[in-house]
Amino acid sequence: MKILKMAKENLDLFVSVLPAFGEVYAPLKRGKGYVFDRPSRWSDVQLKYSRTMLPPKKLMLPPREMTFAFDPEKGYQDSLTEASKPMVLFGVHAYDIYGLNILDRVFAQAKYPDPYYIARRKATTIIGIDFEPDEKHCASSMNADFVDHGFDLFLSDIGDEYLVLVGTSRGDDILIMSNCLMHTPTEADIEEYKKRSKSRRDSYKVHLALEDLPEILEMEYHSKVWDEFGKGCLSCGSCSMVCPTCYCFDVYDEVDLGSRKGQRIRQWDSCLLRTHALVAGGENFRHARSSRVKFRFYHKQRGFVAEYGRPSCIGCGRCVDVCPAEINIISVIQSIRGERDVKPSNSSASS
Amino acid sequence: MSSQAIAPHPPKAVDNPYLPYMARIVRIHRMVPDNYLFQMRFADDAVVQKWEHRPGQFVELSVIGTGEAPISISSSPTRKGILEFCVRRAGRVTSALYKLPTNAMVGIRGPYGNGFPVEEMAGHDLLIIAGGLGMAPLRSLLWYALDNREKFGTVTLMYGARSPQEMLFREELLSLAEVDNFNCLLTVDRDPAGTWKHNVGLLPSLFKKVNFDPNKTYAAVVGPPIVYKFVLAELLKLNFHKDRILMSLERRMKCGVGKCGHCSVGYKYTCIHGPVFTYWDAINLPEIV
Repeated sequence: MKILKMAKENLDLFVSVLPAFGEVYAPLKRGKGYVFDRPSRWSDVQLKYSRTMLPPKKLMLPPREMTFAFDPEKGYQDSLTEASKPMVLFGVHAYDIYGLNILDRVFAQAKYPDPYYIARRKATTIIGIDFEPDEKHCASSMNADFVDHGFDLFLSDIGDEYLVLVGTSRGDDILIMSNCLMHTPTEADIEEYKKRSKSRRDSYKVHLALEDLPEILEMEYHSKVWDEFGKGCLSCGSCSMVCPTCYCFDVYDEVDLGSRKGQRIRQWDSCLLRTHALVAGGENFRHARSSRVKFRFYHKQRGFVAEYGRPSCIGCGRCVDVCPAEINIISVIQSIRGERDVKPSNSSASS
Repeated sequence: MSSQAIAPHPPKAVDNPYLPYMARIVRIHRMVPDNYLFQMRFADDAVVQKWEHRPGQFVELSVIGTGEAPISISSSPTRKGILEFCVRRAGRVTSALYKLPTNAMVGIRGPYGNGFPVEEMAGHDLLIIAGGLGMAPLRSLLWYALDNREKFGTVTLMYGARSPQEMLFREELLSLAEVDNFNCLLTVDRDPAGTWKHNVGLLPSLFKKVNFDPNKTYAAVVGPPIVYKFVLAELLKLNFHKDRILMSLERRMKCGVGKCGHCSVGYKYTCIHGPVFTYWDAINLPEIV
């Protein structure tokens, strides 16, 4: 991999070439949190941020999108061209890049590639940046605190400079446009990177063991832990919305008023919502709230391992942030391992 | 430099798995109230030509302006040109389908799902067991076997309906009861009119009528949960291999292509890993029936 370095003071000059590669999205402060959005001034961009409220998934798999239009005369019409507007996503943390790599497995590399996702993914330039873990991050436990692919460029802080990893030929093109800013790193720079890299890994406060988790989950399928979490869960679906690797969607047709023309829409959905496993005729295969909580974790930590060789969680800590009932990757894994008591903060809810 | 010079080219056109082909309703056969057989043909002959499916697979059927629903294919791949769907009026999309006249256009995409492992089943005896509406997906397998009769040993159908009036494909199956080299066992729970000439009794009562060699037989079972409960018990009593008992599951396959998540059972997707599962799969997957 091509590795260069750039003085931090040159970052403003460097980012000035990015609009040539598409609409730039970067982490911005919004209320108490952060979002990926279009900065009106570069000085608004947050280079040190904990995590954005929504992951970059929102740009690859928008919360609500039209997949195609229909018309009784013309049938179903493809709308693919609209999906491929070039974008630059600046300042993405390693776990979020990993999250996109996991979505790639489902939407780009599995049988039946999803053309809308692929069009956006191909049209998107990703520039990663390093981060300092807080008490909610568990990316190192999920092996998602470093990535070796899925970015065009990756910037790592080594003091007065950034070490720049060039991941793709497009990343190299960006550097060529800003060539005067890049230099060859010295041995001391690499040493500094290694030092910081280790101290970052050592600074994680949460450690979750995953190795035998699929087996433990099989054994604990009927555990009371799930009932306890079921009592706390509000079925709000927030955990799925903010999760970088939750990708369930609902599909429905929307008809224009006074005609039979319309659009097919897909919209984010969540397996925590009551109707997720409902079928025609009224049977609901996951009526109990506890079965829905359980299902979400089995899909991530058991089903994904069987299908793709690793869990789909990337340890971003967003579910830790948003769940009002403290049902999150950390509390669930620790409870199922018997390392903590389940204390749902809201135990008045029923199914 | 203009943005055009380096912006990535739009990706080249790929097949869009979500986009249905248009098909025409050729004929509607009012088989049983709320269970009509729809015969359909793709509007584009090129699609008719390239279409292939396996018994046990399903399609996503769209009614313009209403939406899309998964429907299993009732016709055999050995009968080309027309696709047949035995559709129960159960939800929004199927209710809208029932309102359409002959010659109306619908959308179809697929086929999806694994279907029955017919290559693996070839060379074995075949036992098809249908309860109630379970005949809809099994009819595809039945005709596949009858049209490829030389590929199988004995072929047996056991089909149980509540009454003769509720039996799907009744006339067709009654005519097959006379065919040589095919063991067609039909039963009804009750016969209020007293005109039924075949067996009266619950589905498992048919097991007394035939002998099976569990070492050379594949059983394909589709029906309501009560059928699985009693039929599986019979098959296990006869020492059928757990991975040679095939079942087809129905879930809400909204996308059909392993993405939307609605058809997941345990941690597998019915639309990709199923809808045909072996009994061994079933006992290893929670929530399966």
